Amino acid sequence: MTARAHVGLPRWLYVPALLGMVFVLLPLVAMVSRVEWGDFGSLVSSPSARDALWLSLRTSTTSTALCVLMGVPMAFVLARTSFPGQPVVRAFVLLPLVIPPVVSGIALLYTFGRRGLLGSTLEVLGIEVAFSTAAVVMAQTFVALPFLVISLEGALRTAGQRYEVVAATLGAPPRTVFRRVSLPLVLPGLLSGTVLAFARSLGEFGATITFAGSLQGTTTTLPTQIYLERVTDPDAAVALSLVLVVVAVVVITVARPGRGAV
Amino acid sequence: MTQRRWLVAAAASVLLVAGGCGSGEDGANEGGPTEVEQVTLTVHAAASLKGTFTEIVEEFESEHEAVTVTLNVGGSSDLVAQIQSGVPADVFASADVKNMDKLGDLAVGPEDFATNTLEIVVPRGNPADISSFDDLAGDDVKLVTCAVEVPCGSATAAVAEEAGVELSPVSQEQSVTDVLGKVASGEADAGLVYVTDVKAASDAVEGITFRESDSVVNTYPISVVEGSEHADLAQEFMELVLATFGQQVLADAGFGKP
Repeated sequence: MTARAHVGLPRWLYVPALLGMVFVLLPLVAMVSRVEWGDFGSLVSSPSARDALWLSLRTSTTSTALCVLMGVPMAFVLARTSFPGQPVVRAFVLLPLVIPPVVSGIALLYTFGRRGLLGSTLEVLGIEVAFSTAAVVMAQTFVALPFLVISLEGALRTAGQRYEVVAATLGAPPRTVFRRVSLPLVLPGLLSGTVLAFARSLGEFGATITFAGSLQGTTTTLPTQIYLERVTDPDAAVALSLVLVVVAVVVITVARPGRGAV
Repeated sequence: MTQRRWLVAAAASVLLVAGGCGSGEDGANEGGPTEVEQVTLTVHAAASLKGTFTEIVEEFESEHEAVTVTLNVGGSSDLVAQIQSGVPADVFASADVKNMDKLGDLAVGPEDFATNTLEIVVPRGNPADISSFDDLAGDDVKLVTCAVEVPCGSATAAVAEEAGVELSPVSQEQSVTDVLGKVASGEADAGLVYVTDVKAASDAVEGITFRESDSVVNTYPISVVEGSEHADLAQEFMELVLATFGQQVLADAGFGKP
């Protein structure tokens, strides 16, 4: 965004900064040092591990798609319109960012569960959400959606409306402005938001275990599998954790913060 | 001045705690304080013992004025890992024999003090009309159990085998609490947990006993931990659990006799 200016930092700043970096990195190093490399292949390719990984990738992809479908319009509405109570709406939409995932799970249960708010309606329609893969996707979408909305909304606000206004004065109807100006302008923000949402979906555990349960191949995602293996087979748990860390590192590299802001 | 004294006290208690976990290293006690009035006893107990052991600890503390008991509850296998890694530990009460065995030589004189059996748990009103173990295998019954990796899950698998019933749960949960949560909310029609768990959650759920439950009895052993600084006190605590008082508290919570 701006050229990097060279203004020095006070020296003392480096000490806590370094401490913080060590604090974040050391546990990862410690975990990697525990990996049994000799058995790594067999540990991460057991049927239960493969099922969990495959399910995690499938559900995370689906929930990310849902996040884009709902999140992009949400971000535009929040960034480009003003209506009474908009700040409140915005705050509530972002709530899953800060509430514990277990609480999200309970909230979903009381909405879509058998005895939940919409439970009887869904039952009439013949839809059963509980203990299904759909429940996993819903839990992931619920917690990941705000990540996409907040990064895209930030990108939209930073980009400003100059070009949109120009396009509109030149006679472009709203849908053309949206498609040809606004969207391309915030594409990097959208990408990083999408990647963040994917990462959050992949790591989702608390809401899933509360709302969807755990059954191999249907609802047992990779984090759930790790949590379970930790008791009986710590080596497998560590190996699977490493798989998730690698995926996360790849994801973060692709969507480095800063790329999003135009 | 007072702050300094506080510091000394803190340092002394750190030494005391550090001494407590040194497993048999002879030099560990060198220079340790000898005139400490307040003694801390650390008891590690399986999560299912939380309620009963809290009561027993209160009784023990009222009998021993100078003793404070720290009760650390958690999954038995987690507790074993913690004790082996050297956290302060004087007493260990496990939810199964397997985990007590895992502790190996660190367990001094383990004794069985309680038993627990499985029970069917259903939401209030029993909407799916469950009355026997066979009913759990019904097509329309949404059954949740513990995963085989955790103790209640392996017990479930053993009972099902004894009964010759093939269960197909819709979810295999990580813990008893997760099973109870799914049943209490009405999301599941039935679950399998321990008798004591049903009793503790009786506001939201109903328990249904079944014939085959006797075939798999889970035994709870307790022991003093090797290297305990207060082995005599630890022994006394263990005796209180095994005595009439402790046994009554456990029986009230639904535990069986060893």
